[in-house]
Amino acid sequence: MATANKDDIQERMTEALESFGADREQIKREADWESLDVDSLDLVELAQIVEEEYGVQMKEEDMKNMKTVGDAVDFVSERAKS
Amino acid sequence: MTRRVAITGIGAVTPLGVGVDALIDRWSAGEAAIEDGLARCSDYDPKEHLSVKAARRADRFTQLSLVACGEALAQAGWDEGEPPVDPERTGCVMGTGIGGIETIETQLAVLHERGADAVSPLAVPMMMSNAAAGVVAMRHDLKGPCYGTVSACAAGAHAIGTGLRMVQHGDAEACLVGGAEAGITPLAQAAFEGMGATSPSGISRPFDARRDGFIMGEAGAALVLETEEAARERGAEILGYVIGYGATADAHHLTAPEPKGDGAARAIELCLADAEIGPDGLDWVNAHGTSTPLNDRSETEALKRALGDERAHELPVSSLKSAIGHTLGAAGAVEAVATVLALQRGVAPPTIGWEERDETCDLDYVPGDARPLPGNGRPLRAISNSFGFGGHNAVLALEAP
Repeated sequence: MATANKDDIQERMTEALESFGADREQIKREADWESLDVDSLDLVELAQIVEEEYGVQMKEEDMKNMKTVGDAVDFVSERAKS
Repeated sequence: MTRRVAITGIGAVTPLGVGVDALIDRWSAGEAAIEDGLARCSDYDPKEHLSVKAARRADRFTQLSLVACGEALAQAGWDEGEPPVDPERTGCVMGTGIGGIETIETQLAVLHERGADAVSPLAVPMMMSNAAAGVVAMRHDLKGPCYGTVSACAAGAHAIGTGLRMVQHGDAEACLVGGAEAGITPLAQAAFEGMGATSPSGISRPFDARRDGFIMGEAGAALVLETEEAARERGAEILGYVIGYGATADAHHLTAPEPKGDGAARAIELCLADAEIGPDGLDWVNAHGTSTPLNDRSETEALKRALGDERAHELPVSSLKSAIGHTLGAAGAVEAVATVLALQRGVAPPTIGWEERDETCDLDYVPGDARPLPGNGRPLRAISNSFGFGGHNAVLALEAP
């Protein structure tokens, strides 16, 4: 399992979001899903990647509170440490 | 009076290339696109046509539909600002034989290797056979009746017949119709080979005595149908007309055609009756002609039964599958597009590789070179036959402008 450094998590998520079709330049901490054209199907895929890489489960109710890339990075970072 | 239905756009991605010109130019020149016993769309690169997001969310069969539909709609005038027909009055019907089988196979491997939690949330929307119709409608904002037709190798023709009725009856003012297949996958190849349907020699030679099965092909094709009146009113170029449609079932066997071609003959007869023409009103037959021993024999029987022995022997009969193999659920749509183009140009392209007469296949299969269709003071007309495993028969009659 990968180390859970925040920068690493953000980089891994950026890679994933870029592979979904988002523009790398726009993938920043404050970017919200809508601006990146990331929908619920993309978020399920992102959750699969996060679980495989960091062993962190992102459930549907968790994702409801994540509006931005930064929200998701923080969520994973906190849980991956504990 | 039944509304006359015009064709105002056509599109195709086939093993002969991307676009309708490659299809008709190369087929007419006698070029085949079969390599190592398969006919792939090797000129098609998703990066040239689709965004990353669109491509990764669409199985290959949907991608081929998207590109063919884009070409057809652009020609019909959909890509220049305001759509020429009210989106809520524009339908979309896309046929496929198998649907997203590449997705099914890939995700089945994921399930076996990594477990249920790893299966992609995109698996269902990519594998479903109606994905092409739905995705195309989303891309182009078509909000009328929209669904897929599923009848194996007759699916593309059924889609066109269904769209024809939709426009004739006023369920829609225009309808984007077509078919797509991308089934050159390990499972589908093994399955068709296992049932003895594909050619062990790797050669597609419809109606030839040496034929030994079909060559698997992949393709997407589309046509824009609308009433002639509306097309003329808005000044759209009319490429041809769909003037008749006949559909029947053999109710005979899972895969084998009824040997006397009864179901196919009835579909041809119904199609001609629908077009209000007799066998003399035809100039060419674009055959289903798969290169399987059974189809080509029973299709020949059916043509003789439906058109009369004499007329059947007079008419040129060509099979596009000699050039691009059998594109399964796309075939009916690809062949309809090719028929529109052949009638426009007034030629019967050849059945490539036809050399040896089979006593049960004794019609004029246009061997060698493309042949001009003689004019006779009226627009040229042809039928395009499509028959599918399950005993599905669909025949379309098309007319030059």
